[in-house]
Amino acid sequence: MKNPRPFRIAGASVLLILTSLAMPIMAEQVYVSNEKDNTLSVIDLDSLKVIATIEVGLRPRGITFNKDFSQLYICASDSDSVQVMDVKSQKIIANLPSGEDPEQFALHPNNKDLYIANEDNAVVTVVDTEKREVISQIDVGLEPEGMAVSPDGKWVVNTSETSNMLHWIDSSSHELVDNTLVGQRPRHVEFSDDGKTLWASSEIGGTVSVIDVATRTISHEYSFQIPGVYKDKIQPVGITLTHDNRFAFIALGPANHVAVIDIAQQKVIKYLLVGRRVWHLALNSDETRLISSNGISGDVSVIDVKSLTVLKSIKVGRFPWGVAVKP
Amino acid sequence: MHLRLHIAILFLASSAPLATALTTEQRNIPVLFLEQSQIDTPVLSNIRKTPQTSGLDGAHVGISDNNTTGRFTGDRYQLSASLVKDSNEAIAAAQAWVESGNTLIVAKLPAATLLKVSRDEHISQKAIIFNISAKDDALRSSQCRPRLLHTIPSRAMLTDGLAQFLISKRWKKWLLLRGQHDEDTLFSAAIKRSAHKFGANIIDEREWQFNADLRRSAQSEIRLFSQSKDYDVTLIADEIGDIGEYIPYNTWLARPAAGTQGLTPTGWHWSIEQWGAAQLQNRFSEYAKRDMNDIDYAGWLAVRAIGEAVTRTKALGGDTVYQYLISDDFQLSAFKGRSLSFRKWNGQLRQPIPLVQPNALISQSPQEGYLHPHSEMDTLGYDRPEVSCAFEASTL
Repeated sequence: MKNPRPFRIAGASVLLILTSLAMPIMAEQVYVSNEKDNTLSVIDLDSLKVIATIEVGLRPRGITFNKDFSQLYICASDSDSVQVMDVKSQKIIANLPSGEDPEQFALHPNNKDLYIANEDNAVVTVVDTEKREVISQIDVGLEPEGMAVSPDGKWVVNTSETSNMLHWIDSSSHELVDNTLVGQRPRHVEFSDDGKTLWASSEIGGTVSVIDVATRTISHEYSFQIPGVYKDKIQPVGITLTHDNRFAFIALGPANHVAVIDIAQQKVIKYLLVGRRVWHLALNSDETRLISSNGISGDVSVIDVKSLTVLKSIKVGRFPWGVAVKP
Repeated sequence: MHLRLHIAILFLASSAPLATALTTEQRNIPVLFLEQSQIDTPVLSNIRKTPQTSGLDGAHVGISDNNTTGRFTGDRYQLSASLVKDSNEAIAAAQAWVESGNTLIVAKLPAATLLKVSRDEHISQKAIIFNISAKDDALRSSQCRPRLLHTIPSRAMLTDGLAQFLISKRWKKWLLLRGQHDEDTLFSAAIKRSAHKFGANIIDEREWQFNADLRRSAQSEIRLFSQSKDYDVTLIADEIGDIGEYIPYNTWLARPAAGTQGLTPTGWHWSIEQWGAAQLQNRFSEYAKRDMNDIDYAGWLAVRAIGEAVTRTKALGGDTVYQYLISDDFQLSAFKGRSLSFRKWNGQLRQPIPLVQPNALISQSPQEGYLHPHSEMDTLGYDRPEVSCAFEASTL
């Protein structure tokens, strides 16, 4: 048991050197929202160091960039607003009206309409980010949380944690047209790049459902088993899919692992040990790195996608929640 | 396209429920809230009284939660409250409910009445009864009944949850102080069972006989009452809150207190905010204008369990719903970080037990390291081998 360890570290560092040699200089930055610190941490993905900490509104959770990465939208849940940060100056330039307690959101491919889940009052708020006004509010189930917009912009999907449903909203009419019942406490939804499938995690059900978008029915369901971890501690939350639809990465919450699914095989091929209570995930632009936010341990883990190994954990603020990468 | 047209029309017709837009017809799911009025035992300390509407308010919030989902499934849940004076009235009310074709009953009844109602042959064939207030272990070990489910934790679950915490702190020597009421005897019996189960040592058990006003004399009286050789913690069994509140800080030795006062195991507490619980607490306090307690939570759980079973089975009650509730498929997400389900051997809802002090959540059991072949939550309360009643065999 003594030998493999130094070898593995050497292997990982060799890999690090190789990848950094092979690639052009990338100043990619990881933005992480710290829920209990009211800050964002900015990490340089080359040096893997925190290079800035930015003060934002109260209880920041979901974060997402606009198309050209000039602005970052931040759900400041306890400030009851979505903040707009100018990325260059790192200053908050506007507060969008967002409805009460915004938790997650998704930006429409038109780069204008922002769909916000208002956890406290069972609605989805649609905000025009240019005019900075509310266009519509749509009644959904109890405790709306996850949000996603299909790549073609047609569908907006919201999860409601206590109704255990996915709500399908037609983006042209802003009307709710269908519901799909999934496992207990759906937290997050993610469309595949081709828009044909939708992935949904059920935190308390312990499953991830793959939904056929054409029929809006469940086509496959994944469950997870990690030796030595009780089944009910496996609580899937964040989901990230690679562009080529090869891998799905699932953050398993208090199980402290990220599951790697080979989508073609419909099989979990690896469990990666990360920090405690892993919430959300993001890939960098060329999908060589996966970053997980680990709520309880207050750090993020950086995963090498090629070798499927964890490279490093980086301390950030208290209760890191959302992750977004700027190329 | 046809569907969408419907929705547009409905939106014009103001905020009418969305349900009819997506389903052809609305279905009503009536739930009876059956409560027996109880006269509070007078207590020496001026404790805060348990609100009269405990349980009922929780059930109401559950109904409203179910109806939010019901907008999309076409289900409309309705709560009828019936307040009765004694067990005869309770039986009559439940019989009338069943005779008019209903099955779902949320019961806030003392154990004796609950048993009578669940044993009545007119009721027991059809009704599904959810016990939200009686913590008696007998109802889960020797006197369990088919179609009688418990969403309130039993005393054994509570004291097991507390015992795991105390043992994990290595506080193994307990001085047990108990009141004179029947409930106190039951609670101390549960403490003794937990001590035996998890390896604690009860160095002495004392029943208080005080009838003086302890608010004035606790400082001297409790000191002598708790005088003993070394103990790690005092365990208090005083369910109605007679003098237990005066034991912490007044003991002979500088030791923490736990049990019905001090560090307390409970089904729910207003200070719980993890696992999304803040949402439920907000909904409750907005509705009831007070904090949510364990009986409210048990009432909410009962109604939510009904909602889950109805949504998943598409049945309105009766056998289909009951079979689903006690099946492996049933799961309930209920803001305790675990998926809750009913034990097949006695109808008890397995659930984590929060350990609280008046203003904070201190811990939640099962504690790390208490293992069980099926679920860690089954280290709390009566496990299958300890149960002598034939709950399963008599389910049909």
